[in-house]
Amino acid sequence: MDEILAQVFQVGFFAAMIRIATPLLFATIGELYAERSGVLNLGIEGIMLLSAMTGFSAAYFSGSLWLGVCAALLTGVLAGALMGLLTVTFGLSQHVSGLGLTLLASGLAFFFYRVIFGQQSTPPNIVAFKPVAIPLLSDIPLIGPVLFNQYALVYWALLLVPLTAFILYRTPWGLHLRTVGESPHAADSAGVSVAKIRYQALMVSGALMSVGGAFLSMAQFNAFTFGVISGRGWICIALVVFGQWKPWRSAMAAFLFAFIDALQLRLQASAVIDVPYQVFLMMPYVLTIVTMALLSRNARVPAALLTPFRKEER
Amino acid sequence: MRLRLEQREKSSPWLNLTLPLIAIAATLVLCGGLIALAGANVIEAYTVLFASTLDSKFNIVETIVKATPLVLTGLAVAVAFRAKFWNIGAEGQFLLGAMAAVFVGTQEGLPTWSLVPLMILCGILAGGLWAVLPAILKTRFKVDDVVTTLLLNFIVFYAMMALLDGPWKDPLSGYPDSPDILMDAEFPILLRATRLHLGALLAAVAAVFVWWLMRFTTLGFAIRAVGESPRAANYAGHNITKVIILTALISGGLAGLAGVGEAAGLHFQVMAGISTGYGYTGIVIAMLARLNPLGVVPSAIFFAIILTGAEAMSRSTGVPVFLADVIQGTALMTMLIALLFTSYRLRVSLTRHG
Repeated sequence: MDEILAQVFQVGFFAAMIRIATPLLFATIGELYAERSGVLNLGIEGIMLLSAMTGFSAAYFSGSLWLGVCAALLTGVLAGALMGLLTVTFGLSQHVSGLGLTLLASGLAFFFYRVIFGQQSTPPNIVAFKPVAIPLLSDIPLIGPVLFNQYALVYWALLLVPLTAFILYRTPWGLHLRTVGESPHAADSAGVSVAKIRYQALMVSGALMSVGGAFLSMAQFNAFTFGVISGRGWICIALVVFGQWKPWRSAMAAFLFAFIDALQLRLQASAVIDVPYQVFLMMPYVLTIVTMALLSRNARVPAALLTPFRKEER
Repeated sequence: MRLRLEQREKSSPWLNLTLPLIAIAATLVLCGGLIALAGANVIEAYTVLFASTLDSKFNIVETIVKATPLVLTGLAVAVAFRAKFWNIGAEGQFLLGAMAAVFVGTQEGLPTWSLVPLMILCGILAGGLWAVLPAILKTRFKVDDVVTTLLLNFIVFYAMMALLDGPWKDPLSGYPDSPDILMDAEFPILLRATRLHLGALLAAVAAVFVWWLMRFTTLGFAIRAVGESPRAANYAGHNITKVIILTALISGGLAGLAGVGEAAGLHFQVMAGISTGYGYTGIVIAMLARLNPLGVVPSAIFFAIILTGAEAMSRSTGVPVFLADVIQGTALMTMLIALLFTSYRLRVSLTRHG
């Protein structure tokens, strides 16, 4: 047993865990902005997929990875605005709108990937992002290679968590966002435009999800594949619940999931434990449902989540 | 200029019929733009898409075969959404139904006459009971049903993959395919020399049954009452918990039956790709049918045409087959927006006042 543990828990394991957590951090924090403003963004899976495609394509043709990230960002912001049109302006069911957005965005991703690249025997690829070692810090034993010799986007993701906590709890916009999510009528009476805040939150949410998608097709992998997201978006919906709609806790949830996932990959490779690897893949879903049931009585769900806001209706 | 949504006093029944057609027309126009972008002739592409599914008796039957699971998952979603039980889990319930059917259908030693009825029964129960779990979580623990039903799909999927990778793995080929069901367990074919199987009949019966249930029974009335206003339903003496759990049982059972049909009538086994998202397409189908059980049938046939026709269109014009996915997403969006106009009207005022 000790040998297995020694084999598994190496520096490489923790570095991999941080990499696995990165797209989840972006998308989870993105979802968090939307949900704290009162809109459940089920478009997440589709937004990530479409952005992974647009980001990859832009990078492929321009040769610039950062231009790819910009293309992904633009995709995400537009998708967020579309979600705003459906759920804020039209006040449509957030569930159905979000699923519709995911269906549409996934369809568009596959469709345009085929239109742009055709059917090739070897999928086109790019030179993906390279790890950037941070001087001095990356020389620290253990912590250095795990935390400070990563892709640039990983550093962004790690900074995103404290930044989000600061924005949500220490800035006027964050206060407005939380009020809109808890009690839109109170926010409205105080002169805050509920619609404007929700649109902004959805666009931020789309932007962050898109970076998560772009990370997968441009850093973790060097190509776009149809299974590049494979349910990671849905995982993030679960992580937000698991994290009780709080930035730090949601981030911890993302790391916990990444830990399980990295462990699963190692155990699968070492083939020492005779448990089907699917059991590990199932774990985050089971854990989330159990947690939701246990915490339900004092869950910190944003009070106005799922309710459209119309001024004249109370 | 200002746009404003104004509540209508009454929705006109005329709109109920025309809205889905308007939504479909808008979808085809929007997606026509994509066909043009892909460099094909829009009219030609659509002609191939529709004609290839309807131009011969064989192709029409194949379209009905494709529509069979879609009718059932569409009904599953329609029943659940009526009670505002947001069952996004038809996909998982479908897989469980298929697995239950194969489990029963591979048992040696059962009387041969009992195989088909037992498969149907077990498949319905498997799907139904799986849907009861999120219903209990919703009613007892106030846990959001959208998230739970969605997550439960992945649990079923991975459980199925573990099964296909383990006990059910083909010992010779090593493929993740389950063993084939017994010959006696296969659904009878309704039309000689085609693939039209018992499942199509079951789907049609299910549509009529759900229509009757919703329209003429106390339970159907209760389901609608709970969906429209839980508080009023409570005052009227309906036990909301009971109604939602029964709704889940029916909804999941229908999705499970869809899985039985695919396993027992078409593939005779379970494999990783047995569902190509039938549960999710069911949501689009139900919304387009305005949750009307009889409306689900034409709606499912429409999407069966899109799904099968897209392949022929892709072969002859080179437009990617994924147009079918885009059409599904766009149809859901346009229908949602169209639905808005049954209860609201758009007021455009050119001058700002008030």
